[in-house]
Amino acid sequence: MTNQIIQAILLGGYYALLACGLSFMFSVMKIINLAHGSLLVLAGYLLWFLAEHYHLSPFVGLLIVTPLMMLIGWALQAFLLEKSARGGELLPILTTFGLAIVIENLLFEHFGANTRSLAPYIGDLSWQSWELFSGVYVGKTSVYILVTAIIILGSLQLFMKKTPLGRQIRATAHDPDTAGIVGINPKKASAIAAALAMGTVAISGLALGVRGVFDAYSGGPQLLFAFEATIIGGVGSLWGTLIGGIILALAQTIGANIHPQGFLLGGHILFIIILLIRLVLAKGGVSHRMKAAFGGAK
Amino acid sequence: MSCLQVNNLDVRHGQLAAVRGVSMTLNKGDVVALIGANGAGKTTFLRAISGAHSPAAGTIQLNGNEITKLSSHKRVAAGLALVPEGRKLFSNMTTEENLLLGATSARSGEWNIEKIFQVFPNLSKRRHTKTGTMSGGEQQATAIGRALMSNPDILILDEVSLGLSPLVVDQVYQNLERLLATDTTIILVEQDLSRAMKVANRAICMLEGEIVLDKPMSLVTRDEITDAYFGLHKIRTHNGDAA
Repeated sequence: MTNQIIQAILLGGYYALLACGLSFMFSVMKIINLAHGSLLVLAGYLLWFLAEHYHLSPFVGLLIVTPLMMLIGWALQAFLLEKSARGGELLPILTTFGLAIVIENLLFEHFGANTRSLAPYIGDLSWQSWELFSGVYVGKTSVYILVTAIIILGSLQLFMKKTPLGRQIRATAHDPDTAGIVGINPKKASAIAAALAMGTVAISGLALGVRGVFDAYSGGPQLLFAFEATIIGGVGSLWGTLIGGIILALAQTIGANIHPQGFLLGGHILFIIILLIRLVLAKGGVSHRMKAAFGGAK
Repeated sequence: MSCLQVNNLDVRHGQLAAVRGVSMTLNKGDVVALIGANGAGKTTFLRAISGAHSPAAGTIQLNGNEITKLSSHKRVAAGLALVPEGRKLFSNMTTEENLLLGATSARSGEWNIEKIFQVFPNLSKRRHTKTGTMSGGEQQATAIGRALMSNPDILILDEVSLGLSPLVVDQVYQNLERLLATDTTIILVEQDLSRAMKVANRAICMLEGEIVLDKPMSLVTRDEITDAYFGLHKIRTHNGDAA
């Protein structure tokens, strides 16, 4: 039992790391990036490509892939999301949905149907573990992933709260017109925010590849876990994402205990229960309730 | 020296011409009261000057530089600051954070957070309070402080007393007096005519998107302004034509 809880917490850390970029874009820029999963897989493929063809350890590869993903994030915001966000709240969702399909199929066309993993390129680390106490082992990569999630979420939170740039990004998210009147360049602030989000996606891509295998169409499930973790934790709170990830993993573990096939179902059921609770508890009309359910604690 | 020069400015909301061929020249140190009924085009005019709304025609010059095509954040950097109607604070941030955001353009000048708290002493105890939970007067003071943090050459105050109790309005204007003593150029929209006449040294009246009166406050009478406000002079002329 203890073992299962510990493993679930570690898995939750992984979900939180997957969700970093999605949660950041959702809470800060009010954009639900449905291409999040595919971009994550793209980062995974880039790391794999560098490892396979240039014998770069994925950790070193991150030094190249992170700036590259940040550049992609900046370009996405400047050339795609910025324009589509002007068309209303729903348009960015459609745009990123389309983008996800494009990325998936390009990846499939280029890399084929074989599943890939980054585990072979990190040596012994992929199977090493620590013995916590008698009979309970934790995988080193899992622990590293949890720690990374905490560090990233924590530093994002600090960055947003304490730095001038973080303040400018928050102000732009709140009201871009007023941000301009105050002297902030709203386009620049949003583009930097998107670049940061994609920077974390590069690291999530590493976690994805190190922890298991992926193929061109692996983005969907990753997006789903990330989305559930974000919503369960409450949009607007980056720490909430960590808690959300852990709660999701615990629910999945409980589900798997009840029935061998209950792993995914446990997570989904919890997700729906939490949505329903928020829907019932929220005050006001239907649209308010819907917003509260998805927007979470404010 | 002219500080702000507006030439034949046209601003539209779709089909509606909200501001039509407005020209004006502001000199350094002017305190202008912009007077007009609801819908006269005051706010649209000020939004066009501050860059929140792009004009259909005409030019705007600030300190001799063309700013018509600049985006609003660049106008702030050029020395223009707007306190928008309805305050538009970042309500989920603290007073201090709002003020710091005002300093984003990093123009040099005398204003800093401590100075703002000196001028608006009621704010200092609200330093770490989220502005969304503060009273209207405190919010208005924060909005003015935020605009001042950019050390503007021209400060535009749009409806500072909107939604505030008379007592609080007095307080805001008391604070403003210290500001008026400096040589900052100010454009002020105020519905309370006697207050506007007391504070400003120049009156500009707008009616249906046009300037119908532009005189030094010392040379203008209350009746003249009231006529311009309601467009009474127009009716008289029309009657005159008919007769």
